[in-house]
Amino acid sequence: MKPHHLPRIALLLLLLAAGLLLGGCQRSEPLPLLLTNVSGHMPDLDFKLIDDHGKTVTGADYRGKVVLLYFGYTHCPDVCPLTLAHLHVVMQRLGPLADGARILFVSVDPTRDTPDVMHAYVNAFDPRAVGLTGSPRMVEALVKRYRSSFTREPTSTDGNYEVSHGSAIYLFDRDGRARALATPAASQDDIVHDLHLLLDTGAAP
Amino acid sequence: MRAVHLPLLLAGLLLTGGAHASVAEHVHASHAWIRVLPGNLPAGAYVTLSNDGDKAIALSGANSTTYSEVMLHQSSSEGGMSRMAMVDSLSVPAHGSAVLAPAGYHLMLTKPMRPVKPGDSVRLILRFTDGSTLATDFLARPANAVDDSH
Repeated sequence: MKPHHLPRIALLLLLLAAGLLLGGCQRSEPLPLLLTNVSGHMPDLDFKLIDDHGKTVTGADYRGKVVLLYFGYTHCPDVCPLTLAHLHVVMQRLGPLADGARILFVSVDPTRDTPDVMHAYVNAFDPRAVGLTGSPRMVEALVKRYRSSFTREPTSTDGNYEVSHGSAIYLFDRDGRARALATPAASQDDIVHDLHLLLDTGAAP
Repeated sequence: MRAVHLPLLLAGLLLTGGAHASVAEHVHASHAWIRVLPGNLPAGAYVTLSNDGDKAIALSGANSTTYSEVMLHQSSSEGGMSRMAMVDSLSVPAHGSAVLAPAGYHLMLTKPMRPVKPGDSVRLILRFTDGSTLATDFLARPANAVDDSH
């Protein structure tokens, strides 16, 4: 009996090992992203900020959703609204799948961008957009985490000022892992393509 | 006497001023629109200017009775940073055109004196460096409008 059992156990172990290896391979296989792939090169989504309902939220609150992170400010009349308008079109093109994604618009001008201002602003673009603000230190922590930056420009005579800021859009998968980087000039087709991939990857909603 | 003369004098001055500000007759504006943002946030205005004259002309800004301030701006995105800068003028070459479009040149409209809603028409008086002007009606469009009607 014994000589018969041994090969069987060995075979089982072999199959198990093979299965594990295959599983491992699948997990580390790079996603065929069209945007700049940053998988493994940027930290996971983590922050503590105030959302546009005035509630304290963290990166963990968006686990299960694919996240598009973008820095800007509401007194920015040109590039920020253009980028958000493009992201709205991208979300529309996802159809019902868009519910699995969130646009996180983080203010680099927290002094003027209160949760109320942010609420009216993000809702003018897309129902799946969330406005995040907080203390300058909280915002700075997130900006630095993604190696971005912002600079408040000199105040003009009428009290207005501009804020120069990093223009990148960061894409995270449902597990909060940084996956791709898009510029505001990236094609909508590429963003839609990569969002489809990310919506199919990671933890189920 | 004074009470009668002053308004007359003012009217006279206004008329003379008006005579100097000629109409920029060789410039045509098209595709004029404003991206309206919620509340009192500054808005961007866009327009295509074509010049069928033999001389170049330069846009220097605009006046409006709807917004307290209008400034000619240019957005740039270099080294991954988005910036906005004031510009003195934008040339519209002879027999050529200049485009004010998202992510480039735009008129920044600040402090609306009345609420502007998508669908509204807002008149801006475009000002050129030679002193001429061009009244142009801009269509107010929603915040998430995409500039696809070129």
